Amino acid sequence: MSESLLRRAEEALLPPIVALLIALILGDVLILLFGESPAHVYGRMIEGAWGNSYGFAQVLYKTTTLTFAGLSIALALRAGLFNIGAEGQLAAGAFGAALMGISLPAGTPGVVAVPLCLLAAAAAGLLTGGIPGVLKTKFGAHEVIVTIMLNFIILALLNWLLVEHFRVEETLHTAEISAGAVPRLSEFIPAFHGSAANVTFLFAIAAAVWCWWYLFRTPGGYALRATGLQPEAAEYGGIRVGRVWIKAMALGGTNFVLGYKHYYEDGFTGGSGFLAIAVAIVGRNHPFGVVLAAFFFATLSQGGLAIHALVPKQMVEVLQGIVILAMAASVPEVQRALRNARKAVAA
Amino acid sequence: MSAHPIRMAAIDKSFGPVRANRAASLDVAPGEIHALVGENGAGKSTLMKILGGLIKPDAGTVEVNGRDVTSWSTTDAIAAGVGVVHQHFMLVPTLTVAENVVLGLEPKRGVMFDRARALADVNALIQKTGLIVPADRRIAELSVGEAQRVEILKTLYRGATILILDEPTAVLSPPDVQELWTVLRKLRDDGGTIVLITHRLDEVIDISETITVMRAGATVGRMKTSETTPAEIAKAMVGRDVVLSAPVREAIGKAAATTEHAIAPTGAPVLEVTDLAVNDSRRVRVVDGVTFAIRPGEILGIAGVEGNGQTELVEAIAGLRDILGGSVSVSGRDITHATVKERREAGIAHVPEDRHRRGLILEYSIAENLVLGAQDEFSRRGSLDGARIEEHAREQIGKFDIRPPNPAPAARTLSGGNQQKVVIAREMGRSFTVLLAAQPTRGVDVGAIEFIHRQIREARDTGKAILLVSAELNEVLALSDKVAVMYRGKFAVTLPAHEATPEVFGPYMTGGGSRDAA
Repeated sequence: MSESLLRRAEEALLPPIVALLIALILGDVLILLFGESPAHVYGRMIEGAWGNSYGFAQVLYKTTTLTFAGLSIALALRAGLFNIGAEGQLAAGAFGAALMGISLPAGTPGVVAVPLCLLAAAAAGLLTGGIPGVLKTKFGAHEVIVTIMLNFIILALLNWLLVEHFRVEETLHTAEISAGAVPRLSEFIPAFHGSAANVTFLFAIAAAVWCWWYLFRTPGGYALRATGLQPEAAEYGGIRVGRVWIKAMALGGTNFVLGYKHYYEDGFTGGSGFLAIAVAIVGRNHPFGVVLAAFFFATLSQGGLAIHALVPKQMVEVLQGIVILAMAASVPEVQRALRNARKAVAA
Repeated sequence: MSAHPIRMAAIDKSFGPVRANRAASLDVAPGEIHALVGENGAGKSTLMKILGGLIKPDAGTVEVNGRDVTSWSTTDAIAAGVGVVHQHFMLVPTLTVAENVVLGLEPKRGVMFDRARALADVNALIQKTGLIVPADRRIAELSVGEAQRVEILKTLYRGATILILDEPTAVLSPPDVQELWTVLRKLRDDGGTIVLITHRLDEVIDISETITVMRAGATVGRMKTSETTPAEIAKAMVGRDVVLSAPVREAIGKAAATTEHAIAPTGAPVLEVTDLAVNDSRRVRVVDGVTFAIRPGEILGIAGVEGNGQTELVEAIAGLRDILGGSVSVSGRDITHATVKERREAGIAHVPEDRHRRGLILEYSIAENLVLGAQDEFSRRGSLDGARIEEHAREQIGKFDIRPPNPAPAARTLSGGNQQKVVIAREMGRSFTVLLAAQPTRGVDVGAIEFIHRQIREARDTGKAILLVSAELNEVLALSDKVAVMYRGKFAVTLPAHEATPEVFGPYMTGGGSRDAA
């Protein structure tokens, strides 16, 4: 039992590590082309991300958003759907939470206000994620097209709502929420002072655990994964494939963000919903993998801020791209090598 | 004496822990039709893939026409005149026959495709070989038998003199098979060498001159067809005497199996289908007014060339396809528009014809597959009950002799026969009143056929109503109490088993015979 567990851990962790090494080596070449020392640049990145408590807290903050969005994509992918709509779903969720927070009377206790804000975010996500699910099931509309288009619609709609109805004069954000704000982590860990990292990070971890339990321990998750692997076999087994699709998209959509600024700001997602696709893929659609991958990309992003002086900041994006490509290319290779090595040991 | 066209010796090939070939050999003399037989997973296909250059052997030598070609590539193989006709067609449906045949070697005028010459070349080849197909027709408009002829033409156009056919008759009706034999004999007489992979013993006897038998990756026998018997071949294939299941028994020439009954079918029908109408995925009416009833303890067998609506008929009853007209009821309860789940609860068990597409979630473990459709019953307070699922799996694995006897491996890792046993165990290991068995023994080995047939007979003896659909006429005849032939969406004829013989049925399967019989 423990041996098979070890084997599974090996198969899950080794491929990304190899991909990372490949990416680092390719990154070396790039850095050398800019006339810098790779050791120096990588050192600064690590230092910037993990070397001080503010940087590390920022990594956690970015991990939070990427985890939520990554989970929404991973859940949909497990059901065989490619959800490109996380960007819009994130924004809608945040907007929903902000509206709820603003409309609650000031002084509403946190135990009431926070769940209500979460519910509002979930409802907004449910709506935005559910639409492509329903369209696919009822009309066969391809979810990739629908979710891409919905991103534009949702973001434009939110922009209009914000500008016409909810913004604070001279800004592009809503009023600050009067209730439902969650404390920043710096209130518990003073060293994080100044960072936006907040308690929603813990919600993200909890969401990952819940997703894992749902996917692998419940009949609903069994049906969802079966649908993703072989929709026709799932249908044969009496699983209502269409309903699973709607559910998967909607579940993905409910992954919410309750914020750090305590208001909704136009453009706050900044592409996280798209980076989250990479997070889901690198995390191999496993909820815990998603958390690790989110942490990794958050580190890259935060570390990237520290090396602007040395190399162009696009360097970090190139490095992200290389990691994703290396992941895609190396996973099957590494798995094969692993199996061969095991066979050699067994023989 | 000229060199042997094919000489493979001491071939070893492993895939992971599976040794697909161990010291396998194949020796084919010039100008013969050579049958390569063996159970599923005996290593026939692997050996042929090595010959065709698709994979490389771990050890051993391959000679073609006296030349050592071990570890060559597919390009080398084609250049040397080795052509493989795969079981699954590799044709472009939107192109014409001639275009498909010349694909990759198109005759050109300047830089343009010379359509006229392509057509002329292909027509000449058709004339020469007797592989009659309309050269200017699109592949999509052809019958399966015609498409297969195009596949053969394609390899011949590339200059193949050594032709390897992988289970070529699996999709053909009996007259089409006879036509194929005529063409193969002609090709042989013109100096070609033919290797035929099959596990139908009647065909082996019919067409081949020499037989190579494989078992568990190794070559276990090579005999002259004229000097052997089907029983001997079967024994070499399985490695023991088998109580042969019906198709093989038929091939061996024993008396056709009789359906010895423990109890006579009695009582009111359990499954009643009235005037059923169903469309296929292209919205073409493929089941058109089918009516029948099956009583407890009775097996209705449906024979017919595949693609005459059998698939859609079964799927419609199982709830996987919309019913556009007529009705279906189980034990008096109308289920015409019920969901799959409701139908299962009403007592329908369904062994689907394609276990890889519908019957199994290949990445799921054996245990998980054994609860497909019943996952809600195997959960407690919202969570799957892992212990109970595993216990259930161990029970079924024992009862249905699934090997390896371990609930954990993914269904993908099992042999075809054991995968089918998982499906059978899931469907027949629970309570049901109606069994829909579609191609229940397709692509499984003799031992598994025997086992599955016994399960079906036992189900009949305990009073289940069974609808059996099979492309194997002999299987239908051996198991059924009543036999119907389906042709173009209708029952062309329905007969009691004792009146049903291949001779009577043959004409109905291809649209002959009288429509309104019985």
